[in-house]
Amino acid sequence: MSQAASIRSRAEGLANALPPLMAEAEHLAATVMLGAHGRRRAGMGDEFWQYRPAMPGDEARSIDWRRSARSDGHFVREKEWQAAQAVSLWVDDAQSMDFSSDKNLPTKSERANLLAMAAAILLVRGGERVGMAQLGPPRSGELQLIRIAGALTPGSDRPDFGVPVVRGMQSHSRALFLSDFLGDFAPFSAQMTKAADRGVKGAIVQILDPQEEEFPFRGRTIFQSMGRSISHETLKASELRDRYLHRLAERKDALSDLAKRTGWSFHCHHTSATAQSALLWIYGALGRSN
Amino acid sequence: MFTLLGIAFTTPWLLLGLVALPILWILLRAVPPAPIRRLFPGVALLLGLQDDESHTDKTPWWLLLIRTLAIAAIIIGFAGPVLNPKDTSPATGPLLILTDASWASARDWPQRIGRIEAALAEAGRTARPVALISLSELPAGGLPFQTADTWRSRLPGFQPHPWAPDPGALQEWAGGLEGTFDTFWFSDGLARDGRLKMLASLEARGNVKVFESPRPVFGLRPARFEDGTIRLTAVRARTEAQDVQEIRAFGLDPAGIERELVTARAEFDAGSGLSEVELSVPAELRNRISRFAIRGVRSAGAISLTDDSLKRREVALISAGDAREALELLSPTHYLEQALQPTADLIDGTLHDILLANPDAIILADVATLSPAEAEAITTWVDDGGLLVRFAGPRLAASDVSRDTEDILMPVRLRAGGRRVGGAMSWGEPKSLRRFQETSPFFGLTIPDDVRVSAQVMAQPDPNLSGRVIASLTDGTPLVTRKNLGQGQVVLFHVTANADWSTLPLSGLFVQMLERLAISTRPARPDAADLAGTIWVPTDLLDAFGEVQDAGTMAGIAGEELVAGQISAQLPPGLYAGEDRRLALNVIGAEDALGPVVWPVGTRVEGMNVARETLLKGFLLCAALAFLAIDLLASLWLSGRLSGRQGLSVASVFVVALMVAPRADAQSDEFALNATSEVVLAYIITGDSKVDDTSLAGLRGLSDALFARTSIEPAEPMAINLETDELSFFPMLYWPVTPEQPLPSLEAYVRLNRYLRTGGMIVFDTRDANIARFGTSSPNGRKLQKLARPLDIPPLEPIPNDHVLTRTFYLLQDFPGRFLSRDVWVQAAPPDAELLEGMPFRNLNDNVTPVVIGGNDWAGAWAVGRTGNMLFPVGRGVAGERQREIAYRFGVNLVMHVLTGNYKSDQVHVPALLERLGQ
Repeated sequence: MSQAASIRSRAEGLANALPPLMAEAEHLAATVMLGAHGRRRAGMGDEFWQYRPAMPGDEARSIDWRRSARSDGHFVREKEWQAAQAVSLWVDDAQSMDFSSDKNLPTKSERANLLAMAAAILLVRGGERVGMAQLGPPRSGELQLIRIAGALTPGSDRPDFGVPVVRGMQSHSRALFLSDFLGDFAPFSAQMTKAADRGVKGAIVQILDPQEEEFPFRGRTIFQSMGRSISHETLKASELRDRYLHRLAERKDALSDLAKRTGWSFHCHHTSATAQSALLWIYGALGRSN
Repeated sequence: MFTLLGIAFTTPWLLLGLVALPILWILLRAVPPAPIRRLFPGVALLLGLQDDESHTDKTPWWLLLIRTLAIAAIIIGFAGPVLNPKDTSPATGPLLILTDASWASARDWPQRIGRIEAALAEAGRTARPVALISLSELPAGGLPFQTADTWRSRLPGFQPHPWAPDPGALQEWAGGLEGTFDTFWFSDGLARDGRLKMLASLEARGNVKVFESPRPVFGLRPARFEDGTIRLTAVRARTEAQDVQEIRAFGLDPAGIERELVTARAEFDAGSGLSEVELSVPAELRNRISRFAIRGVRSAGAISLTDDSLKRREVALISAGDAREALELLSPTHYLEQALQPTADLIDGTLHDILLANPDAIILADVATLSPAEAEAITTWVDDGGLLVRFAGPRLAASDVSRDTEDILMPVRLRAGGRRVGGAMSWGEPKSLRRFQETSPFFGLTIPDDVRVSAQVMAQPDPNLSGRVIASLTDGTPLVTRKNLGQGQVVLFHVTANADWSTLPLSGLFVQMLERLAISTRPARPDAADLAGTIWVPTDLLDAFGEVQDAGTMAGIAGEELVAGQISAQLPPGLYAGEDRRLALNVIGAEDALGPVVWPVGTRVEGMNVARETLLKGFLLCAALAFLAIDLLASLWLSGRLSGRQGLSVASVFVVALMVAPRADAQSDEFALNATSEVVLAYIITGDSKVDDTSLAGLRGLSDALFARTSIEPAEPMAINLETDELSFFPMLYWPVTPEQPLPSLEAYVRLNRYLRTGGMIVFDTRDANIARFGTSSPNGRKLQKLARPLDIPPLEPIPNDHVLTRTFYLLQDFPGRFLSRDVWVQAAPPDAELLEGMPFRNLNDNVTPVVIGGNDWAGAWAVGRTGNMLFPVGRGVAGERQREIAYRFGVNLVMHVLTGNYKSDQVHVPALLERLGQ
């Protein structure tokens, strides 16, 4: 195959993935009603907030003459501050996210991408700025959506388990982390702390496959991570179940605890459940902290 | 050989391996099953978790048991177990195999032969010389010792005989034995004279082993006719148990086909060897019975042939003296009636009525003149085999019958008046009878002294008189004369039927003479004296299995021998025909009884069953394989690899594999039912799925057209695999030719040829008429030649204009499919078919053409999809649709032709038929 043809076919494959992702995410986003994004105080914005008496220092052009004509004083028309929020997305692209226990279930990665994209669409429609670590500062607009969709396409040379990237997050911005959080907890915890230090708040969504919740294994088994870098052999998988489930519950507790301490929200989502419920939770979580 | 529980082992030391089984058990428990590798992101959480126990999931005990059993089956299997091992204590020296080979052996002859074969095989292994002797057919000379193989090759020709060994000859033969040898005696289980002597002389030569079948031996004595019923006696050799046997009577039905006419049950009481059965059967049926047989017993002893003794002849008595008012004893027919009553059915009535009943014999007692019509009727009847017996008397003597010219219904010419001797007015003494000549049917009968003839009618001396006299008086004057007329006879007694003219009717001789003339039937079995001087020719013979066979050209047997003689090779059982009657000679005589042989204590008696050595290795190894298969499934299931859908599919593969064999039958049944419940068109599978789909769609379209337009309502077409499917269910096969299709096997060709010969039709379609003409110009054409070469195809010709295919339903002249070629070939008309004057068509061959060969891709034109849409375009526009319509019409004609043959050809004659009927 010539090089041009190979590039072309790869490009098409790449391009093919985007519109469905966009469309699906838009479809998902359309199911959520957009709410008000006002800051509940006067500031830059489009919406009327209040009239206040003009004070020394106010520029003459800021005086609302129509309102002032009705009375003796001078009034200034203030608008609600509608400064857009910046939301950073982090979607775990590690190999562990490629797992799906059943061919009818989406992989965790697919579900995470879908949720991230849908959240991005919602946010952009709401006028927020959305960004990802690798895309630079958050921006708004349709073009940013396309960029995000591109960035969600998995690259090569991925690690087994991912760690969120806090670098580049603006302070006091918002963040949405989507991952299975099955990897080492310490780096994650450090990153979270770093983020909390910057005043970044947000939501953590743990996406798990049903099999990871149930551990329905028995017999002699060698468990391997998706990248095959980690393996664990047991002679009797059924014996491990209880302890595994215990550890999983511990991990969830730790995540939840960490989130509580740093002012984040935590949600655990299963790929067997509908994406819509998770999106609603995300929408609420990001809105709640307004 | 090491034997355990009746099972021997060829390599018993391998059984030591069984000791290792407990060790294996422990090992199997210790070794963990191979691990499964699983990708699982949650592995990070597992890190550091330790297993509680150092060894794996315990292999469940039942899995261990399965594995242990498998191993045990393998060990035992390779140890070479043999069921029913032969105790091969090698005997040496010559071996004599004796078999009674009588009718009583016939019932289980195959087992006997099987046992003899086993004995021969054993003797062959030890290289013993063997002599095989049938006691019912003793060889001349010494014992023919030969190798066992020689005897084995002759064994199939070894058959039992329907007679028993002759005790005298046996004793003589046994006395002449020399040398030492062991003996196997295959006895038929019936007690006979001289058996023990024979046994003693055999035991003097070596060991004797007797083989006897435990099956009971039954016999059937000849049927007797007493008091209007048939009495049958069944006999048996063993009398211990109660038993019921069914006796069946066979005979020809009015259509001349042998059928079972009557059945009866013979019940044997315990301890009784006899069972009497009475059968009350209408005379008509009784006369037709040809043999009795015990159901299910294949032996000559269980067959009783019937002869004339069961038959009652129908005799018509006609006398002219009805008007006479006289004493009963003076009646012209009184003595005849007395003589015939017990043994014949007498018919009364007018001559015309009697002739309608077609009696066996008509007796005219002193009837002189017959009306021309009566005479003609009687002549015809005699010509057809009737027996006319006339008695003389005053009327005959006084009449002019047969005076100048011989009357056709009289054997001789008569002188006027007759004569009287020994009376008050005449000279001389009453005459007695002269001894019967050898040519006379009465030859051998003794003449009582007191028979005197005092009056008679006299025969004119004619050149042929002496040949017609069958009884005469001492002075040489004829007493009874006879002539043949057509197939029948005319007999004249020159005396009256009553005691007026002679004392003959008063004597026993009269009855015997009537018997010999077959006017009456012999009441019981004749004795030697009755049959003295007669020759009997066998017509049907019984073989040992009770099958009736044609006797061929066997020499005749003298009557005395027939009655007295023992059944033997010279006198085989069967039906013997003498003059005018038949006599049955059965294996079991009227007084014979059967009894079991009582062997002296110490004789080794064995049954017929050969306990065959059965090698159990195969079974055990199969069992081991089965165990291993179960183990495989169980292990998969245990290790979690057999779960969900994948597990189901694996399990279903196993289940299907196990169930494949029994389903074949059901499938073929289903196939037959589908093919025969309705008319079904069929096509040959070519292997090219596109062509096959087109064939199916085409035949479906044709079936729909037939359904809509004609009274033929075919079901869904079927695909035929030539190698496996039965062809005879289908009226027509559509065979598209592709260059790639494989040639059918030879068996398939045999079936195809049978199909063609028995009225099937194959439509070959090369589907290339658009590019090629008939012949080898295309690959399809060449393939067709190859395919059709082994087929039984008659000479072909292009469809002539007057072929019946052109008018079986539609009137057609073209036979298009998707292509429009005139090259469609069918069986050629016979060369002598000519066009008759005034007929539109030739009178063509009367059968359906077995092949139609063309290349117009008919299926393509007929093809419709499931939704009824046409699958392929035909031609262009309206002309194309017209062509498709004609193609359908051709299909309809084709199927009509197959199903109705040349019915439409015969319709040509309808106008002529209507004209003849005067319509």
